[in-house]
Amino acid sequence: MVEIRQRILLWEGAKPKLRRHVRLHYDPVRSAWALLSPERVFWPNEVGLDILRLCDGEHSFAAITTSLAEQYEAPQEAIAPDVGAFLQEWSDRFLVTL
Amino acid sequence: MSKAYLPPIGMLAELTHRCPLQCAYCSNPLELLKANREMSTAEWLALFEQAADLGVLQVHLSGGEPTLRPDLELIIAGLARRGVYSNLITAGVGIAEGRFQKMADAGLDHVQLSFQGAHAATTEKIGNHRGAHEKKVETASAARRAGLPLTINAPMHRHNMDEVGDFIDLALSLGAERLEIANVQYAGWALLNRNALMPDRDAVERQVRIVEEAQARLYGIMTIDFVTPDYFAIYPKPCMGGWARDAFMVAPDGTVLPCHAAGTIPSLTFPRFGEGEGRSSLSEIWHDAPAFNAFRGTDWMLEPCRSCDRQEIDWGGCRCQAMALAGNAAATDPACVKSPLHARMAGLIDEAMTAHAAGTDSFRYRRIGAIGS
Repeated sequence: MVEIRQRILLWEGAKPKLRRHVRLHYDPVRSAWALLSPERVFWPNEVGLDILRLCDGEHSFAAITTSLAEQYEAPQEAIAPDVGAFLQEWSDRFLVTL
Repeated sequence: MSKAYLPPIGMLAELTHRCPLQCAYCSNPLELLKANREMSTAEWLALFEQAADLGVLQVHLSGGEPTLRPDLELIIAGLARRGVYSNLITAGVGIAEGRFQKMADAGLDHVQLSFQGAHAATTEKIGNHRGAHEKKVETASAARRAGLPLTINAPMHRHNMDEVGDFIDLALSLGAERLEIANVQYAGWALLNRNALMPDRDAVERQVRIVEEAQARLYGIMTIDFVTPDYFAIYPKPCMGGWARDAFMVAPDGTVLPCHAAGTIPSLTFPRFGEGEGRSSLSEIWHDAPAFNAFRGTDWMLEPCRSCDRQEIDWGGCRCQAMALAGNAAATDPACVKSPLHARMAGLIDEAMTAHAAGTDSFRYRRIGAIGS
């Protein structure tokens, strides 16, 4: 039977997690964090890294924005749209599951 | 005094040239190496250690068919120990029950499985291997059972181009996260078989429409990467992301090359990895080997590349294609519309169509010892 597949849209309770084939790796040669995927290597910036580190399958989207709001001393509602857009894009690119 | 170059990110390891399939589009060199020329387990492990030290983050384990190496699990474990991402590139035929679980346990990150056709008859014909399609379907399922993520690779040419829509359905039905639809690039056996593989313009246009529609429809459902055909292009591809810029490959005997077809450039001599007389470390090769420095950066470029504002976008295109079609590895890749030889690409398409019409375009299947020594 063919599994019905559809695009997943981010919601408040989603618990994003890095996909199995995606790994955060500290590269001592370049002194930088790399995100390794099948054909590409991404070099997330500091904010991207902070989001990805919270993609552990335990923090919900809401919990992630709460945590980041504290870290950056910014209102949660101010950062939530950017974080949401980031997670939706990374889900669509098969880097995180929601 | 050697100049310090940025470290390489990726590496293609052709562990063996042996393969159960005989695909006429194979990019391996015509002179295939027999098993007794392959590096030992210890040599490959030493190479991967040095690759990790040098900065390599991603290794594609390929061939030939890499699962023919009984030491593949040891090689994967060696990479995993260093945190290097391992991608198995397999034809998926004749892999023993339980092998995927062993590879997953050893730390394999990802599997890329090729399908020669979306239908069994096509897969059998292209690979010249009976039952290949069913075995590949089973391989996809075995990789899935072992929890491994999956890319389906579809090498496209005249004989399967009209199956492109079915390839997309096949990849979906196999649960793949990603589908790579890659038009054959004419190097190695594919160059020998160019007339038999070249699609016509209408087929290429239909293919592009189907793929672009599917990319939009399946956004967020399955990633489709599309490698377009060079001979129908306006600008060349940034082959390997630029010569010896962020990747390299290693042949079964430890010869290290900037790309898998570089051996066709007669003016270059390629170093061998290893210890002792006539061998070099990977760091020496990457930084100092004349073959690696031959086309690095932009200093070597001739016109029209020399004054082109795209020179750091496509790096002059493919050196091996320049060699094959312009007779000069330093020439602009004739795939580029600015190349004085660009019209030759269209001429070669016409030549293939004429050969096809005359029925003189049969395959020469890839076999060890079929050509050369």
